[in-house]
Amino acid sequence: MIIEYEGAIEIKGSLLAFETIEGTIYGEKLFIKWKDKKLHGRVVELTEKVTLIELLGQTEGIENNRLRVRFTGKPFSIPVSERMLGRTFNAFGEPIDKLGNIITSKEANINGNTINPAWRNFPKNFIHTGISAIDGLNTLVKGQKLPIFAVSGVPTDKLVAQLVKQIKIPGDNPKSAIVLGIIGIKFEVANELIENIKASGNFQKTAVFISLASESCVNHVLVPKATLTLAEYLAFEKEFDVVTVLYDMTNYCDALREMSSRRDEIPGRKGYPGYMYSDLATIYERAGLIKGKNGSLTQIPVLTMPDDDITHPIPDLTGYITEGQIVLDRGLYKKGISPPINILPSLSRLMNQGISKLQRRWASQIYSAYAKSKRVEMLAAIIGESELSKTDRKYLKFGQSFEKEFLTQGEEENRSIEETTQIGWQLLSILPERELTRLTKEDIGTYIK
Amino acid sequence: MAKITYISGPIIKASLEGESPKLLEVAFVGNSQLIGEVVTASRNSITIQVYETTDGLKLGEPVKLSGEMLKAILAPGLLGSIYDGIERPLKKLGERIEKGKSVFPIPKDKKWEFTPIKSIGDKIEEGEPLGYVMEGNIKHFISLSTGIKGTIEEIKPKGEYSVEETIAVLSNGTKLNMIQEWPVRFPRKYKTRLNPDIPLITGQRIIDFLFPIAKGGTASIPGGFGTGKTILQQTLAKWCDADIIVYIGCGERGNEMTEVLEEFPELEDPRTGKKLIERTILIANTSNMPVSAREASIYLGITIAEYFRDMGYHVALMADSTSRWAEAMRELSTRMGELPIEEGFPAYLSSRIASVYERGGFVETLSGHTGSLSIIGAVSPPGGDFSEPVTRHTRRFTSVFWALDKELANARFYPAINYTQSYSTYGETVRKWWEGLHKEWYELRSWMMKLLQEDDKLQRIVKLLGSEALPEKQKLTVEICKIAKEMFLQQNAFNPVDAFCSPEKQIQLVQIIKELNDYWEICLKEKAVPVKILKEQEVVNEIVKLRFKEKISENITDKIKETYENLLKNYSE
Repeated sequence: MIIEYEGAIEIKGSLLAFETIEGTIYGEKLFIKWKDKKLHGRVVELTEKVTLIELLGQTEGIENNRLRVRFTGKPFSIPVSERMLGRTFNAFGEPIDKLGNIITSKEANINGNTINPAWRNFPKNFIHTGISAIDGLNTLVKGQKLPIFAVSGVPTDKLVAQLVKQIKIPGDNPKSAIVLGIIGIKFEVANELIENIKASGNFQKTAVFISLASESCVNHVLVPKATLTLAEYLAFEKEFDVVTVLYDMTNYCDALREMSSRRDEIPGRKGYPGYMYSDLATIYERAGLIKGKNGSLTQIPVLTMPDDDITHPIPDLTGYITEGQIVLDRGLYKKGISPPINILPSLSRLMNQGISKLQRRWASQIYSAYAKSKRVEMLAAIIGESELSKTDRKYLKFGQSFEKEFLTQGEEENRSIEETTQIGWQLLSILPERELTRLTKEDIGTYIK
Repeated sequence: MAKITYISGPIIKASLEGESPKLLEVAFVGNSQLIGEVVTASRNSITIQVYETTDGLKLGEPVKLSGEMLKAILAPGLLGSIYDGIERPLKKLGERIEKGKSVFPIPKDKKWEFTPIKSIGDKIEEGEPLGYVMEGNIKHFISLSTGIKGTIEEIKPKGEYSVEETIAVLSNGTKLNMIQEWPVRFPRKYKTRLNPDIPLITGQRIIDFLFPIAKGGTASIPGGFGTGKTILQQTLAKWCDADIIVYIGCGERGNEMTEVLEEFPELEDPRTGKKLIERTILIANTSNMPVSAREASIYLGITIAEYFRDMGYHVALMADSTSRWAEAMRELSTRMGELPIEEGFPAYLSSRIASVYERGGFVETLSGHTGSLSIIGAVSPPGGDFSEPVTRHTRRFTSVFWALDKELANARFYPAINYTQSYSTYGETVRKWWEGLHKEWYELRSWMMKLLQEDDKLQRIVKLLGSEALPEKQKLTVEICKIAKEMFLQQNAFNPVDAFCSPEKQIQLVQIIKELNDYWEICLKEKAVPVKILKEQEVVNEIVKLRFKEKISENITDKIKETYENLLKNYSE
């Protein structure tokens, strides 16, 4: 049903109030025209008298008596097609790379439909990223959602680019794709990232949705949904192994807060809406594997912890939904260690499924030794290195070598899992045998020299 | 018929046309018949919380009142199933959750072999069993619903029947089949509450030995993300010695439910040898499923759990996570425009939490048997801060507090239960049971607790000055504690032997640590043997790995004795 309608009762930021007309659908997509401009909109509240519409896009200069609204009678959706790979889009799925329109009859609701938990398959296949701290100690598996908790002042975009370039899903599925959602990022950073991916020759299997920092907050909110809508289509209808990178989710959450405040909602912690957990879940939970489907959807959301605070609502709520987190640390970066992944607070909940029992013991031993080395380091700062016991000094050496040889790797250095484990065994040989309580006797005999 | 006048997220309002709605009555909303519950009612209009997404609804669509409250259907066929928050069988729904789909939770065509216990002419009271069917290895009793009693006029002989077939008729004409219904928000009836004095054995050393939970007890597991709440909940669901497990995934990850669904049919119950899934019921309302059904899922789970308790079983209910349930309550409350009290939560938060945990307990059932319902709720405090409202109120109404610790988790020390912050008030009540196993249990436990407290104090000094700065006697405590943490407190959920530790083995392990401690003290006192040498004996390595041994051989004690007696004899500075 298409209805055109003129004039709004009230305009407030990106919200428009209209008199309710019969047949309006909750969540309906609509277009608003004034002068020569056309904007997208969506019904967010429906009462007998007033329909509240959220405008998507820039609303500056809008005049309420010159407005025309066109209701479409359809939920909010974007076009989806395999031909969208190798292309760049805005938040509404419209191409912005001047390479022509996407011709497809297929549209999908951007909110998607909830996956029935009883129809999921449990993720258990290793994904290669070529980064030791991830592959070895915080393994990503196919169908997982594993976020990166970044901090400002470290080259997060370089790590994102390295991941996009190096990610490889072992197995016999010839179809793989990366769908990248760029949310509220500065032009120069976004541009460099895309150029970087293009240079690696991987771009023809990548689709990008962009809402730059200069765009309206409503667009930031749409990008992750649009990104995942295409990703879901490719994964579950076209059998692709899809990896989605959403960068940066902090901008998404801030946009959500802005919109919530415009709607006069009661704010929760730090002003973020009380439903932010459920809202983030509708994004992150779209990752997974489905019974009877060959494709897969893996998610790597990237967020920047405000003020480096891991207890801030954005990383906190994300951590409660996602299956682990990779935490970056400016302290490490300043010591010259890059990618600056702090393994101690990092975790991949699903890694045990994707790796061998031997690697589990190996990883557990490295974790426990590195944690100990950090405690010794602190102690050494107080009492001085010379006062440490012999064992403690060995731990100190282990910690330093670990950061230098294991964590540190070049932007183009794509390590195999064998190389990664080999470095790990060498490092563990620094420690006295009796400290290696997480390994079996046979492990020590075979791998520790 | 009532018509929709307002839509905002999961809350809708409808104008009434002469109907008289009941509070908490189930309503079918709109043309697609979305399921909802009446939360406020005035003369002309009602507010409904809808259990499904309201996208696509229009004003003026009809609202049908059902006249009934949200009920759980209770009958054979529950075990091994997975339901959403309003008891829709997820395996019967499609790959994506469709709206307005209603499916009966129990297979109607399946035949069960019914064995009568009562016969014609018998008097029968409410809650008393007529007979039973075997559901896997569980005797599923078919009992009379509350409020029904009489004399049996007709009862079917042993044979195969489906759940809807009449199996008995009472003299007043009441026809009975295998299905019971119960409104989820009300506790089921029992005769009396008893004192919980039998421990729920979980096979987790730090829990059973130090911070035990009784059968019929309540426990909370607070912990920030990544501290292992879910792994601990799943471990308890796997190994605890309850007869029935109800596992509620409330607003958590979809993959976690999948994990249980894939893993439990493979795992065996160490006591019965049957597959774990046969004693488990799953309720999944993952974080991306509608908020209002998440709020209802806890009540559904408890009602199902009470149903099995009333058959005389020990039931354990795991709710992961109650914080998501509280948040769902907050979201609905906000949408209804209620006054927020702390951090946006409504004023009734604490009374709701209390009413949920109070449904746990050890009881004498209506039919005179004993059964229990233990409730273990995970709490996810924002930012890991235990002073937030949900953690604080949960703490008031639960008797066991297993505080999970980020630092322990970061060092991959699992279960990451902080042994100084955690507590259990069942230590005294379950004492008799444990002393039946070993008369020195209480002393051993007290010794261990004291040791850990002492160590906690010393660790502060160690952090500042290093362990070298301690006098030998205190070094000894620190080193013994290190061994205790390594071989007793830590437990590997993925190691087939270590995942479950029997109470007997727990006692043995503590005895060994105590023995080691005693020898060390003697060596230190008589010959001033430095701790550095004491701890470097070969036998210590062996002790640390004992937890991976299926059986602890007697000669480990001899070995300790031999090692240190030799040391005592031959040591000279």
